[in-house]
Amino acid sequence: MAHSARRDSPKLPDFSLLKRLAKDQLVYLLEQLPGKKDLFIEADLMSPLDRIANVSTLKQHEVDKLYKVEYKPIVSTSDQLCFLIRPRIKTVKWICDVANADKAAGRFRRYKIIFTPQKFYACESVLEEQGLFGDVTTDEWSFYLLPLDDDIISMELPEFFRDNFLAGDQRWVRTAGSTLHLLHSIYGPFSKIYGIGRCSKMVYESWREQVEEEETKARQAEIGNVFLIDRDVDFVTPLCSQVVYEGLVDDIFKIKCGCVGFGTDATSDKNVKVMLNSQDKVFNEIRNEHFSNVFGFLSQKARNLQTAYDKRRGMDIKQMKTFVSEELKGLKQEHRLLSLHISASETIMKKKTKQDFQEMLKTEHSLLEGFEIRECISFIEEHIIRLVSMIESLRLLCLLSITENGLLPKDYRSLKALFLQSYGVEHLLTFANLKQLGLLVEQQPGETLTAMESKVGKLVNDKTAGKLTDAFSSLAKKSNFRALSRKLNLVPKSDEEYNLRVPRDMAYIFSGAYIPLSCKLIEQVLERGGWTGLEEVTRLLNGHEFSVTGNNGADLRANNDAPRIVVVMFLGGCTFSEISALRFLGKEKGYKFIVVTTAITNSSRLLEALLENHMRPVNT
Amino acid sequence: MSFITANWNPLGDAFYRKTELYDMCWNLRDSGLRDSLVAAAHYGGPIALLREPQRRSPSSRPQLEIYLASGISITSFPWKSGPVVHIGWTVTDELLCVQEDGSVLIYNLFGSFKRHFSMGQEVVQSQVLEAKVFHSPYGTGVAIVTGSSRFTLATNIDDLKLRRLPEVPGLHGKPSSWLVLTQDRQTKVILSNGPEMFVLDNTSCTPVCPPGLSPQYGSVVHMCVSFSYKYLSLFTDTGHLWTGSSNLQDKLSIVDTKKKTTPNQMVWCCRPQSQQLSVVLMWDRLLLVAGICGDTIQFPVDDPCVLVGELDGVRIINSTNQDLLQEVPLVCQDIFKIASMAPGALLLEAHREYEKSSQKADEYLREIKEQSMLGEAVRQCVEAAAHEYDANTQKSLLRAASFGKCFLVDFSPDQFVTMCRELRVLNTVRDGAVGLPLTHTQFKQLTLQVLIDRLVYRQFYPLAIEICRYLKIPDYQGVSRVLKHWASCKVQQKDLSDEAIARAVCVKVGDAPGVSYSDIAAKAYECGRTELAIKVVPYLCLTCACACACACVCVCVSVTPVCLTCVSLSLSLCARHLSLSPVSLSQLLDFEARSGEQVPLLLKMKRSQLALSKAVESGDTDLVYTVVTYLKNELNRGDFFMMLRNQPVAQSLYRQFCKLQEQETLKDLYNQDDDHQELANYYITASYREKRLETRLSVLQKAVDEFNKAKNEFAAKATEEEMRLLRFQRKLDDEKGAGLLGLSLQETMEVLLSLGLHKHTEQLYRDFRLPDKRYWWLKLKSMAEKHEWEELEKFSKSKKSPIGYLAFVDVCMKSNNKSEARKYVSKVTPEQKVRAHMVIGDLEGAADAAIERRNDSEMGAVLSRCSTADCLLIDRLNRARVSASKK
Repeated sequence: MAHSARRDSPKLPDFSLLKRLAKDQLVYLLEQLPGKKDLFIEADLMSPLDRIANVSTLKQHEVDKLYKVEYKPIVSTSDQLCFLIRPRIKTVKWICDVANADKAAGRFRRYKIIFTPQKFYACESVLEEQGLFGDVTTDEWSFYLLPLDDDIISMELPEFFRDNFLAGDQRWVRTAGSTLHLLHSIYGPFSKIYGIGRCSKMVYESWREQVEEEETKARQAEIGNVFLIDRDVDFVTPLCSQVVYEGLVDDIFKIKCGCVGFGTDATSDKNVKVMLNSQDKVFNEIRNEHFSNVFGFLSQKARNLQTAYDKRRGMDIKQMKTFVSEELKGLKQEHRLLSLHISASETIMKKKTKQDFQEMLKTEHSLLEGFEIRECISFIEEHIIRLVSMIESLRLLCLLSITENGLLPKDYRSLKALFLQSYGVEHLLTFANLKQLGLLVEQQPGETLTAMESKVGKLVNDKTAGKLTDAFSSLAKKSNFRALSRKLNLVPKSDEEYNLRVPRDMAYIFSGAYIPLSCKLIEQVLERGGWTGLEEVTRLLNGHEFSVTGNNGADLRANNDAPRIVVVMFLGGCTFSEISALRFLGKEKGYKFIVVTTAITNSSRLLEALLENHMRPVNT
Repeated sequence: MSFITANWNPLGDAFYRKTELYDMCWNLRDSGLRDSLVAAAHYGGPIALLREPQRRSPSSRPQLEIYLASGISITSFPWKSGPVVHIGWTVTDELLCVQEDGSVLIYNLFGSFKRHFSMGQEVVQSQVLEAKVFHSPYGTGVAIVTGSSRFTLATNIDDLKLRRLPEVPGLHGKPSSWLVLTQDRQTKVILSNGPEMFVLDNTSCTPVCPPGLSPQYGSVVHMCVSFSYKYLSLFTDTGHLWTGSSNLQDKLSIVDTKKKTTPNQMVWCCRPQSQQLSVVLMWDRLLLVAGICGDTIQFPVDDPCVLVGELDGVRIINSTNQDLLQEVPLVCQDIFKIASMAPGALLLEAHREYEKSSQKADEYLREIKEQSMLGEAVRQCVEAAAHEYDANTQKSLLRAASFGKCFLVDFSPDQFVTMCRELRVLNTVRDGAVGLPLTHTQFKQLTLQVLIDRLVYRQFYPLAIEICRYLKIPDYQGVSRVLKHWASCKVQQKDLSDEAIARAVCVKVGDAPGVSYSDIAAKAYECGRTELAIKVVPYLCLTCACACACACVCVCVSVTPVCLTCVSLSLSLCARHLSLSPVSLSQLLDFEARSGEQVPLLLKMKRSQLALSKAVESGDTDLVYTVVTYLKNELNRGDFFMMLRNQPVAQSLYRQFCKLQEQETLKDLYNQDDDHQELANYYITASYREKRLETRLSVLQKAVDEFNKAKNEFAAKATEEEMRLLRFQRKLDDEKGAGLLGLSLQETMEVLLSLGLHKHTEQLYRDFRLPDKRYWWLKLKSMAEKHEWEELEKFSKSKKSPIGYLAFVDVCMKSNNKSEARKYVSKVTPEQKVRAHMVIGDLEGAADAAIERRNDSEMGAVLSRCSTADCLLIDRLNRARVSASKK
């Protein structure tokens, strides 16, 4: 590994406990419906469920058949149906249809809905409206957190982003608060909590409320610091192309719940599902590397492997025996993984070394640095005209808008027109969404609105300001990327060569072109122990920052690692690149970061969430 | 101080004393306590009097009077209900009046009727002969014996369960005596009927015979049980008094009182750690204290009086005064007994000498110290002070204790300090005006919390608050609780205006922690004062934010969202107080934690707007949703939407709901808000649901209109173009069956080109004023795909390509036509030349171009593509690089 660890790394808390808790509760809930039953599982819960309890565990608890929720009439013969779903009205309505159909057919069954991670009143009211409140029993499976890896925990709630930031629906805030509360009650107490963003603040408050409702016991803290950050604080980072191995794999093959299916072109045999985590020794060493280093590393590894194999020559029988029993299996395993990653890298290479991709990266870097904007715009125009990829086009448009603090009215209109001609008029709605989020906006003449808003903002406190900001949002969602970039030195000077093998800062995750804003903020706040000195930055980020010393009932002993363990909670998702950057930062500063996120995201997931999904299928 | 023992009477080896508590303030006129039903509550509680209960004629009704223990009248009113058999007090100082027909009426201390219950239907017929109110660990109970000689019990009147006890064999009419006792968590009745005695429980009636009470002593005519239900005493018609345990297992003694008449009243007099238990018997002219040792003390009585058994003595109330008869506590005996040499007594003496500046003080002190009993002496003095009723005696004892304390090291002052405080409180409540003659033992049993509750119940709010502050009780349990009760009581005052009350509540309660305004509001609402309830509730936001604002009396606005809604409610507001004070987070949370309770109450009070804002402010979306659903059904649409408009959070929640459940409502919602942009978006979405083109177009036209209203010209134009495109597509589909409908402009043109419909493509290109770049790309791609190389070449020459010529190279290479691609390489701009060469795989050409341009990075790029076979080329490039870098 190229990075040098400056200090010993603190040990991470054991998060497998979370899995065990979730499993135990699920088993308990299943046992609440004794006898054989069929289990219907919401599609996007399948993978997370698989990580908690496999099929045999479910069968042990009298689950007969497993079905995916497909919003179609069911064919089950069981007398007991159990539904494991997210609290979505659509799914509950479907269940009502199922139950009503049974009723009409004179069939008597028992129904149980298990909502995870919690139920909403809205869902129950659907049951009530449909007159099924008495026929269906409901339960909550408080499965808030799925540890994807030693240092990544996901809430697996991709809809958090759209619901909270686009629709202004705050229903998940409490869920996030409960999540924090869960971590707090197992690994807490936290000594310091920082945060930025409106949602972060609400999550923090919800958590505080829950903590205050119960007694605190003095415990040995395992997590010292918590940092909450809203996704809309930093949209630039997730919109950049990822060039770190893990991020690239996610962009190209789509990592789902810590698991990836390398397509047929990457592996000789047909679609293999591979778990990607620190257990995979090969992957663990390259996941955070810039892609340009990956091949070198892999070939070195291959040579080492060959040497290890070669040891067989000139062995006597006894040595051979020990070799076979002790080393061979490991080597074979490593061999398998190595060949897998090599072929994956080849596929990536094929896609990414193409001229197009290089140009795209160049355009991105120009946008980040803020020069040759006209060239960038014509590149984007061509990109749209040639129908290279809808999502990529949108991504570049958004990146352009954010970095340039909005598009010039002329460009704004012409680019949108081009896009609509290419991809259809329904994207008027997409543009409306992007505008609402401040991702793609028109430059405002003058700074009048901004000034007014900040004046109003000073007069009133957060919550009201939030309301006002909502009102202003469509008019004045503004990004101050350029100013932020200067203040925080996000874009390193481009005149010197950046050594990607021995990175000097977090910019290496974007080939040395840009230090992710989100991670930079975390670094700065941890360094300063708060927001002091960052007033200008927080103003540019629309405020909502906080820093609270918790430490109630903390049993802080000397020699405790807790203060160096930092939980970073991304509300609205985070990318693998950010995780890599944080790992790097941790190594440099002697921290250990645990990333808690509502979901793992990347540019395409982020933008796809903003499309109106009832239209034609996305042709990427 | 020999006079202290003046009222001590020896009884066995103990002493009994009678201390005067009060000169009764009441004026009972000539009849005194005669001909009245009297009930005095334990623990110095109130006294109720029902004068002449037998009077039945409407013209002269019996009078019900309620007094404090000191005789101060609280209330008095004529009894208009049925004839009363018995009255008694509950543990919470409520008056129970048992009527002949079996109904029990409950009044509070102030004589206002609370509720009533019945002891059973059959009683109406048979009538209640006698009734008793008793206390048990479950609360207060009522027992009656009916005309049909049946007993009925209710162990707890707050959780009424009537128990009809089994029949007593041979009993007609009422028994000669009976009582209720609680034992082993069971409530039983003991009764005597002539010579027989029975114990009645839920299931059986058991004849019993108290040990040692042989028939020769005659039959039992009176009985009583001790305060703790531990001891029982029986009085026989031969004048013998049997005492023993209440479970009738052991006998304590039998005393011959030599009085054959049945006593009017008989009460146990004992105290915790009693040395000498006794029973007090009262006849018309005599009060007799009969110790179990056989000794008796006699007091003459010249006025009818009432005995009230207490935890540690007996109160004797007559028409002029009230006394406490009790056994002198051991510690007092030790100190005050004549010639006592107990350390406490010596210390008291020492202090007395010290005050006289006599050196004897030292002698006494030495004496105690020699026995190293000084600590014990101090403790004795402090403890004795607790049992003395007279303030001066208390003082001298405490002074002595304080004096003794000075000569001690490592002596914790806690006991002394606490005692001083408690005695001060006790002396205050014993005052005639408050009328709670509690002894220290009773006070300890009662607990301070209950004492405060009792004061509050008697509406001595200021005193209660003073006591809370004086004893430093945490606000949450102390002052706040008192204030809450005060406010709840205040809002019921009918003679004050809502405004005045709200103001008063605001000023007094202010920011006291733990006071739930919802409770106060609920109380006001209960009394039908909805307006007042509302007025009280908004103060919440003030209290959470700025306590100072509350003090300024007017309803100020603090700038939390709640308060902003209050603004919109336009309650009496004062703009002057727009000053802000920082909101402490904990206070805010504290307040929020209660929103779950407030909101339903507000809904109940039909204050939906406020409920909504509170719900929103709580951050609990489920709560918001509850309110929204409620409002949806409760209000008409317009009002409902208007209300949502002010609450973005609720609105977006409702929108989410509508998107899934009620698309049409969504439209109305936008319409109401004049949100043309969203409305237009709605129509766009809706257009995709329409199958028929005409309807789809008309929906899109609506979208155009709305976009125009929203001043979104761009979108309006785009939509119009879409409509045009749709019409065009339909036309072509009809003519040629091209299957275009619904495709984007670009896709349409691609299809047209692939079908060779160039004219139509041209038409679209012109009609929609497509950028040349797009048109060229389209043509290019289509021609390359169809391998129309000649056409392509012609096209390339038609005019200067707006997209450059690299694109030509690219498309040719995509179809793997290297020779065609080569044609265009020369046309490519110099900047792209290297790239163009590389695209067609001509490394040499690329190298030439790069060297010509002396561009280092381009040369590098070519180099990276070279394989080892191209060593000549590599050589050349490297040399060129060196020479280029030199310059």
